[in-house]
Amino acid sequence: MTIDMQQFHQTFFEESFEGLNDMERELLNFEAGNGDSDAINTIFRAAHSIKGGSATFGFSEVAEFTHRMETLLDEIRDGKRDMTSQAANLLLKSVDELRAMLTAMSDHEDIDTAEVLHLQQQFDLLLQGDEPSQAGDKGVDVSADVEQESAAGTGWKITFSPHPHMLGTGNEPLRMFRELGSLGELTVSVDHSKLPSFDELIAEECYLAWTLSVVGDIPLVSVEDVFDWVTDDCDLTITALSDDSVVREDGHEETHDSTTDEKLALVGNPAEEKRSGGERRSPLERRKPSSAEASSIRVSTEKIDELVNMVGELVITQSMLNQMNEEERAEGDDEKFKDGLAQLARNTRELQESVMRIRMLPISFTFNRFPRMVHDLSIKLNKKIELKTSGEQTELDKTVMEKIGDPLVHLVRNSLDHGIELPEVRLKAGKPETGVVHINAYHKGGNIIIEITDDGAGLRKDKILKKAIEQGLVGKDEVMSEEKIHDLIFHPGFSTADVVSDVSGRGVGMDVVRRNIKDLGGAIEVTSKEGVGSTFSIRLPLTLAILDGQLVRVGSETYIIPLISIVESLQARPEALSSVAGRAEVYKLRDEYLSIVRLHEIFGLEPKHTNLCDGLLVVVEGEGRNVGLFVDDLLGQQQVVIKSLETNYKRVEGVSGATILGDGTVALILDVSGLIDFSRHGSMSAVA
Amino acid sequence: MSSAAETLELDMVNGDEAGVQQYLTFILNGEEYGVDILRVQEIKGWDTVTPIPNTPCYIKGVINLRGAVVPIVDLRERFGLDNIEYGATTVVIVLKVISGDSDRTVGIVVDAVSDVHNVGEEEMKPSPDFGNSIDTNFISGLATVNEKMVIIIDIDRLLNESSDF
Repeated sequence: MTIDMQQFHQTFFEESFEGLNDMERELLNFEAGNGDSDAINTIFRAAHSIKGGSATFGFSEVAEFTHRMETLLDEIRDGKRDMTSQAANLLLKSVDELRAMLTAMSDHEDIDTAEVLHLQQQFDLLLQGDEPSQAGDKGVDVSADVEQESAAGTGWKITFSPHPHMLGTGNEPLRMFRELGSLGELTVSVDHSKLPSFDELIAEECYLAWTLSVVGDIPLVSVEDVFDWVTDDCDLTITALSDDSVVREDGHEETHDSTTDEKLALVGNPAEEKRSGGERRSPLERRKPSSAEASSIRVSTEKIDELVNMVGELVITQSMLNQMNEEERAEGDDEKFKDGLAQLARNTRELQESVMRIRMLPISFTFNRFPRMVHDLSIKLNKKIELKTSGEQTELDKTVMEKIGDPLVHLVRNSLDHGIELPEVRLKAGKPETGVVHINAYHKGGNIIIEITDDGAGLRKDKILKKAIEQGLVGKDEVMSEEKIHDLIFHPGFSTADVVSDVSGRGVGMDVVRRNIKDLGGAIEVTSKEGVGSTFSIRLPLTLAILDGQLVRVGSETYIIPLISIVESLQARPEALSSVAGRAEVYKLRDEYLSIVRLHEIFGLEPKHTNLCDGLLVVVEGEGRNVGLFVDDLLGQQQVVIKSLETNYKRVEGVSGATILGDGTVALILDVSGLIDFSRHGSMSAVA
Repeated sequence: MSSAAETLELDMVNGDEAGVQQYLTFILNGEEYGVDILRVQEIKGWDTVTPIPNTPCYIKGVINLRGAVVPIVDLRERFGLDNIEYGATTVVIVLKVISGDSDRTVGIVVDAVSDVHNVGEEEMKPSPDFGNSIDTNFISGLATVNEKMVIIIDIDRLLNESSDF
């Protein structure tokens, strides 16, 4: 029976990427001086899984490469080597390379073998450097596969004592022995001294130990491979039958005098590679942007159980209503129906909330890439920067999280590049040498707020103003509030950077960031104090698909205004109304003048009221401005499911989407900023 | 009646032969048009439509089609013909339109639905060039069915061209 392995590739890649993330996180901890043996085990396990998985699927280059990492990690794990920063660095680079390799493979592209080779050589150097045992006298070509010339004698003697739980890992000794038997002539003897009496016997545990000898010209690695999956779950010794020195014990690679070289420290010529470091593009940059298809999501089983329960209750309620329907209707039954329907409404609401929670993931998934980025960038920029994160457990929708990743990266890079000053500058300013970038996330209202704070130089008002005047965005003598000046940085093409580096400064970033955030239904603000620091604050809705809306009637049509944009609704008082230049109408609300937008004019409808004081004014906020929308009536408020107009039609100005009301008709959801822009450029005329 | 039904069945059986395509024909202003039947998703009666602002007048608006928001195009107005009152026989044909690499669902309002015909490749004649008087990009060809002329429409061209979609 051939199983098509292709279907499992996707899962393998996902799990491997997760494993790589774990490795990276722990390695970075080491760099910061916080590593411990648990961390080493985590890193080792991750590498081991990737190696095993890639070998299973035939990705031999990955398997080979990971084997080297595993060897190094094994030494460290056994305490034969310390996790030096050199080792940590090499491992970090290998993590990057593995990512690149796996990405290339999942995109069905070629792997950059040159890079792989280079790193492999570095591993070999490192391993060889402190290696007490002599490298085998057979020089193997560096680029060769992981084979060893083994001149093992006539076979191996193996003592194999599984730990009691080993059977629980799905490893069957009999199968392993069969495999050994295929290598050569096998003799097995069992040691059952640990077997308890029958009534104490736990069927799932292993109480037996074996001594095996396999005779033949067999390389050590073949024997080791048989036990590859259980190295952590057993006590294993492998002795060459030719001599008695212990070759392998418990996964420890001890020195021995056999001619076998079981380490992969191949004799390469260190002098051969002289790579100019600058030529190699960092694997990070080479990594292609991950494909946009979000493939899968990990959900805690609690959430699933909750869901199953709620669906169960829904079914019960439905059959109850059904039954009521089929029975004879008696006098008091309306009450029962009402109760049943109320119950149904409750169930549906709970179910909806539960399902939405499934798509929510903690924001730590996005925050995870920042430690590495800050680490690399601070080295590159010669600055000392510390990254703090808080609120990693704040949950948000998976799609929102994926889309907010790039803007966040951009903002952090800005902080690092423009915000935090060079150490000398900081010291002179009386600040601590190490700058701090703090990323914080929390829920507020129906939104999630993400703040990026740095204690750097802050936004330079005069520089911004000067650049804005240069670019013609602002008149020379125009008086602007501090907020408005800060707002200028979001203009396309605006940058006060004197030098454009490849980190930032080209001026493409901030407006794209703002636009992306707006597309998600959110907003971004900046507060800053020169010399003290800046804070960028991003507000995002918790979910993309559902919107709290206010239904309004204009003429014969119903429209929906997002509640989040509504400031207040009021009935216009005649005294506060006035007009400008005879055309534009304004309303004085407290101390602000609002321009009035007559929705019926924009939509070409016959309104019920034409007099502004007969209808209602809905004050909405968009793009920092307040505007009053004139409607006939306010209907209820409800949560609406957003349906896209662009799927089947195209984007319409002033409309952000559509929804289906309770009576089955379609209602349009208004795009407040679009409407405001519209009204400024004159009313739209229906194309005849 | 039965022989007509038999013929229809035979037609349907033979419809899979190479070169023969099936077309759904409809009437618009006394003229008969045909669209590839594989593009026809469903046929429904006329129902209320939610108008969309700032759209050409032949886009009547959108409807709710089992949860999807589908725009409705009035073909009469699209062709620049006179409007008629929507009556009991007014029908909306919901079509699948391919634009770029995505599919869209669009409905067209027609006077009435006619029949399903098999048209072989040999029976399709190219449409004559009317010069500038009529824009005929969207006509795939003219077919003769039962001695009547049927105008075969390329629905992608019709509903994709210009900046409509």
